[in-house]
Amino acid sequence: MGNTDHPQHRAAPTSPAELSDALSATGYLADQGLATAAFLALRMNRPLFCEGEPGTGKTALAQAMAEVLGAELIRLQCHEGIDASQALYDWDFPRQLLHLRALEAAAGAAEERLDAEAVEASLYDPRFLIARPVLRALQTTPSVLLIDEVDRADDEFEAFLLEVLTEHAVTIPEIGEVRAKQPPLVVLTSNRTREVHDALKRRCLYLWLDHPDLTREIAILRSRLPGLPERLAAQVAAAVRKMRQLELLKPPGVAESLDWAQALQLLGARELDLDVAAASLGAVLKYREDADRVRAQLDAVMA
Amino acid sequence: MEGFGTGLSAGLPAALAGLGRDDARDGTDPVPGLVGFTAALRHAGLPVTTDRVAAFLTALDELDVTSKPQTYWAGRLTLCADPDDIGRYDAAFEAWFEPSRGGRPVQVQDQRRPPPSQLAALSQDGEPERDQDPDGPEIARLRVAASATEVLRHRDLAELSAAEREHLRALLALLRAEPPMRSSRRRRPANRGYPDPGRTLRAALRNHGEIRALHRRAPRRRPRRVVLLIDVSGSMAPYADTLMRFAHVVVRRMPTTVEAFTIGTRLTRITRELGHRDAERALSAAGRAIPDWSGGTKLGDALRAFVDRWGQRGAARRAVVVIFSDGWERGEPTVLAEQLGRLRRLAHRIIWVNPHAGKDGYAPIQGGIVAALPHLDELLAGHSLATLERLLEVMAHA
Repeated sequence: MGNTDHPQHRAAPTSPAELSDALSATGYLADQGLATAAFLALRMNRPLFCEGEPGTGKTALAQAMAEVLGAELIRLQCHEGIDASQALYDWDFPRQLLHLRALEAAAGAAEERLDAEAVEASLYDPRFLIARPVLRALQTTPSVLLIDEVDRADDEFEAFLLEVLTEHAVTIPEIGEVRAKQPPLVVLTSNRTREVHDALKRRCLYLWLDHPDLTREIAILRSRLPGLPERLAAQVAAAVRKMRQLELLKPPGVAESLDWAQALQLLGARELDLDVAAASLGAVLKYREDADRVRAQLDAVMA
Repeated sequence: MEGFGTGLSAGLPAALAGLGRDDARDGTDPVPGLVGFTAALRHAGLPVTTDRVAAFLTALDELDVTSKPQTYWAGRLTLCADPDDIGRYDAAFEAWFEPSRGGRPVQVQDQRRPPPSQLAALSQDGEPERDQDPDGPEIARLRVAASATEVLRHRDLAELSAAEREHLRALLALLRAEPPMRSSRRRRPANRGYPDPGRTLRAALRNHGEIRALHRRAPRRRPRRVVLLIDVSGSMAPYADTLMRFAHVVVRRMPTTVEAFTIGTRLTRITRELGHRDAERALSAAGRAIPDWSGGTKLGDALRAFVDRWGQRGAARRAVVVIFSDGWERGEPTVLAEQLGRLRRLAHRIIWVNPHAGKDGYAPIQGGIVAALPHLDELLAGHSLATLERLLEVMAHA
């Protein structure tokens, strides 16, 4: 830990403030905590564990970091029942079989005996290896590995991740150890559908992402949607902020306010009025109960 | 607090060496102060372990120790593990680093171990008799104890004496909780079921490419999620201790698939607290976490908090939800009905356990239970050990 040499990275940032500037150049506006977290993740070679309400920019953080570092973003979407063969590597059985048949046919035509050992060795050639995201991240330098929605995977899978994330290496029995030349930046995200095991959290930096404050949300809207009028951005941010206090089933996140602002922009609205807001409410609220509740007090929300 | 500093820092030579460099310049060593801060956090209930402290110091080595915001973030990123921790962390940080600004004092909780439970007190007065006759009284005593156990299984939990309570605790710890199962979308090798091309091919590869047998696979069975919601309001007070022990047994048996909450005037998650192996420690930890013991009941509001914060996110999806409550509702019954309706659409089964349901002359007429009835799959009694055993049976087959 504490290794500060990152020769491969494109101009490794030397302070959280510098990283924050680099992130905002990509259109991702990070507050101090987020920039510090990402900075420490780079410097300490620790995975970054992001939790927060849906739509607070957990996944976007990994994308922005990849852009800042000039690294490839490799994404592993977790789901129930995910296992090592989907996360790490798998052998391409059909191709191996085809290869075997081709060898047999060639040997038959040339009337020579096959050397069993050589045939077997040729079957476990790296070209028959299908690298899944984790292996690909270890082989690619530099890279950002995004392990998305880790709470959807089973807990056995967490134990497996633990091993890879601490060692930055995996062993493939037929080939040997694959070790990352330079550990990838790992970003894990969770929506808290269940508690992730403490052993995994302990090895990570823990970042809780909240909804941004009003000024930052306006800044985010304007940086992501360049043509958005300032007045409209301020109105959207203020209205979404009020909606978040309404005890909705699914309070809108930044992703929803971006969707809404974009919808308004496409509708040609210069500012947010009752009619256009009611018409485009579907971009920001995804439950009928929520839409009813907001529609009933739309003038208060927009005030 | 120096004691904490020296004790912990002995295990952190690398992190200390890194920080020592900077400290030589200005002459003051910040490490004892920082490690003391982590000790204060541990007292505030955060999961601070030695490796987390090491990570905290390493993080500060990368940042600027003299900058307050950077110190704050280094600690928050390395020492917190849950959104619930962040409020406590903020309070502790303010109290430790800025006491002059009148920050709230850190809530220091007593972390000393409670005495281990005295289990299996079969009788309080029978001990000295053992030596007098090696055979007779002992066997007789066991027989009496055995039939007493049988009686105890059916006694109302609210009417037990202290000794019976002790005995009941031992019996509760022996309950066998089996998780309900569901079929998974994933498949595993099986003798019958769908063909398994991958395994068939792999087997063929071992036989030089000849297919000798068709392998098959069938859906896996996985434990279904279980959610326990325990009403700890005043009217449920006689049952609260037993129900918490029951929850402890269930959480311990299926640690990864059970979530336990208490409901009263608010919602408290106690899964983490109940995860402790020792029942007494788990219960005292849960007791400290619950702010509304024996208060009023706002079932509807607490349920709404559960569905918003946990249920809808996934904790209740396709889960077996067990609600322990007598249905006395101080708030609006319509809110309760509405929230149960939401829960109904998320959950696999909703089981309501009412301690009064097993008694003679019980009729579901309380405002809460009337509103709830249309949304329930089962309404069970829960006033005795035997009824709790029956509940486990219903849960396992839900």
